Amino acid sequence: MIQAKNPMHVDAAHLPDARGHFGEFGGRFVPETLVPALDELTAAFHAAMADPAFQAQYSELQASYTGRPTPITFARRLTEHLGGAQIYLKREDLAHTGAHKINNALGQALLAQRMGKPRIIAETGAGQHGVASATAAALLGQECHVYMGSVDMARQRPNVFRMQLLGAEVIPVESGTRTLKDAITEAIRDWVTNVENTYYLMGSALGPHPYPLMVRTFQSVIGIEARQQMLEQTGQLPDVCIACVGGGSNAIGLFHAFRDDEAVDLVGVEAGGRGIASGEHAARFADPNMGRPGVLHGTRSFVLQDSDGQIMNTHSVSAGLDYASVGPEHAYLRQMERATYTLATDDEALHAFQMLCQLEGIIPALESSHAVAEAIRRAPTLPHDAIVLVNLSGRGDKDLDTVLKALE
Amino acid sequence: MDTTQHTGLLAIERLFAAARVQGRTAFLPYFPIGYPTYDESLAIIRALAAAGVDGFEIGIPFSDPLADGPTIQAATQIALENGITVRRCLDAVRTLRAEGVVQPMLLMGYLNPLLAYGLEDFVRDARAAGADGLIVPDLPPEEAELLASACEQAGLALILFLAPTSSPDRIALVARAARGFIYLVSVAGVTGARANLPPDLAAFIERVRAQTAKPLVLGFGISQPDHVRQLHGRIDGFIVGSALVKAAQSGADAVRDLAASLHAATGAS
Repeated sequence: MIQAKNPMHVDAAHLPDARGHFGEFGGRFVPETLVPALDELTAAFHAAMADPAFQAQYSELQASYTGRPTPITFARRLTEHLGGAQIYLKREDLAHTGAHKINNALGQALLAQRMGKPRIIAETGAGQHGVASATAAALLGQECHVYMGSVDMARQRPNVFRMQLLGAEVIPVESGTRTLKDAITEAIRDWVTNVENTYYLMGSALGPHPYPLMVRTFQSVIGIEARQQMLEQTGQLPDVCIACVGGGSNAIGLFHAFRDDEAVDLVGVEAGGRGIASGEHAARFADPNMGRPGVLHGTRSFVLQDSDGQIMNTHSVSAGLDYASVGPEHAYLRQMERATYTLATDDEALHAFQMLCQLEGIIPALESSHAVAEAIRRAPTLPHDAIVLVNLSGRGDKDLDTVLKALE
Repeated sequence: MDTTQHTGLLAIERLFAAARVQGRTAFLPYFPIGYPTYDESLAIIRALAAAGVDGFEIGIPFSDPLADGPTIQAATQIALENGITVRRCLDAVRTLRAEGVVQPMLLMGYLNPLLAYGLEDFVRDARAAGADGLIVPDLPPEEAELLASACEQAGLALILFLAPTSSPDRIALVARAARGFIYLVSVAGVTGARANLPPDLAAFIERVRAQTAKPLVLGFGISQPDHVRQLHGRIDGFIVGSALVKAAQSGADAVRDLAASLHAATGAS
C-alpha cells in the first residue's frame, strides 16, 4: 500500500477535549436531532485518521490534484519598499481552486464518501469554500448544494458561476442579513432535516464539535509545510506568522504547526470594515461593546451581539470575513495569550491589495489582503533580519468587481 | 378538586396528572411574545388560556433561530423589529399572571439571549415573573449543567429533548435527567406545520416509552385536530406552534378557533 508522506494526525497533545471544548470555548450547542449525527461524524473522523488507506488517498489527491506542497515566496520588492522585516508569503492562492479551502473540502468530501453519505451541503461567504466543495463533489461524484446569502452572491458573481459549472446547486439565502451567517443557519436547517443521507461540509473552524478539530486537522498542512519550508529556505523559523481571521480556518491551519514554537508570534487579523467606531465591521475581538463570549451556530466563542444577545449585522469589504463569530480555538488562543488579534479596515485591505499587485505581481483575495495589511504595518517596525510569514490564503480574481467599485 | 395553586416543576407535573385523570392529551400551545405586536400576542395568549389549554410555551425571539422553520422565523423577526427583548418577555409573563392566567408557562428561547441576560439572573427573574419551566432548543444535556442546576435550585423545570435520531443510550440519559416532561421532536427537521404525522412516529414513541414513565410531549409538525386524535393514548401532551402563528395572521379569532378545535380533539373519541 502507498504510505502517505505527511500523514495528518489528530493532535491529541492540544485541546479540544473529548467534548470539543477549548477551555470555556467550543462545545456542541445544537438541537437534539443533530447530536447523534455529530457523534457519528466524530467517530468516523477518528477512524479515517487512523486508517492508512484514507491517509494515502487524501495525501495522493493533495499532491496530484491540489498541487501541494504550495510554495513560499519571498516578497522581495514589498520588503525593500517597506524597509524592515523580510516578508514571506505562503502561497495557498496557488492551490487548485485558488484558496486554502480545498484542503478541508477534499478531506471532508472523502470522509462523506467513506460514511456513505451521497449528498453534500455547504455554506459559503466569499464562494471559495463553495467552489472547493463543488470541486471535491465533482471529483468524487457527489451531489452538492451550496447555501449562499444573496448579498454575497451579488458581490461574488464569478464564484457563483464557477460552482454552477462544477455541477453544484447554489441556493440563495434571503433571510436575515443575507450573508455568511444566514447561509450557515440555512445549511444547519437543511442538515437537521436531511441528516440521514446528507453530509454537512462546514468550511471554517467553526460550529459544533468535531468541526473545529476536523477543519484544523485538514488545514494544518499549511503550517506543517510552511514551517519546514522556512527552515529549508531561511534556516530559521519566522518571527511572526500572520493570517486573516473570518471563521479562522486558514489562520488555525497556519498557526497550529507553530503552537509550541514560543518565540514565534501568531497574529490573526479581523475585518475592521469601516472602523470600530462606525459599528460596521466584523471585529469580534476588537469591539469591547459588542464582541462578547456567546453561542452562535453550535459553538461558544466571541460573538458580535447587542446587549440583549441578538446577533449583530457585520460588514466587511471581503465576504469571507463578514461573520459575527470566530472559531472557538481562536478565542482560546487569545485568552491564553498564545496568539494576538488585530484588525485591518476595508481601506487598509484595499491598499494592501494594490501594493501586492504592483510590487509582487500577485493579486490576493480581499480576505488575504487583511493579513498583508498587517504585514505592511508591522514590517517597518522590525529589524532587517526579522522574518514575517503571511498566509496568502487565496487569490483575488473573484474580487475584481468589488475592488473596481471600491476604487472608483 | 385540588385548588392549591402549585408553581414551577410541581405545576407542570400536576398538569399531566390532571390530564391523565380526565383521559385527555395535554395541549401546550407555543406563541412568541411580540407577534404581531406585544399587546396582540398577550391578547392571543389570554384567549388561549380562556379556551382551556393546559399550559404554554412562551417564545422569546432570537435573530438566528436555527431549529425553526419559516413561519416562526418570520414571526420572531417581526417581534424583534417590534423591540422585544428578554426583559420584555419576562414582563409579559408577569402581566399574564397578574391578569389571572393560571396555566403553567414555560419560556422557550435560544441560548445566546439567555447567556447575555445571565443564566442565573434569568432563572431567578423567570421564576419571580411566574414562569414554571424553560425550554432551550440549542442546549443539549451535555452543555446544560449550569442552567440545569440553577433551575433545580429555583424549582423550575428545564425541559430536555429527544429526536427520532436519538440512540437508546441517549434516550436513557435524557430519561434519567429529564424534569417535568420530555419534549419529543416528531421528525428530523425544523418547526412548521405538516400535512401528516411521520410514519415511524409510533415506533419512536415506543422506544422512549420503554425507558421512562415521565410525561412525553410531542412537538414539530402537529397542526390539525386529526393529528391530535391519532396521538390519543400514546403521548401525554402535544405542542402546536407554527399553525397557531400562521392563524394569527388572520387575527385573534382564527387562533381561538384553531385552538378550540385542537382542544376538542384532546379527549378519547
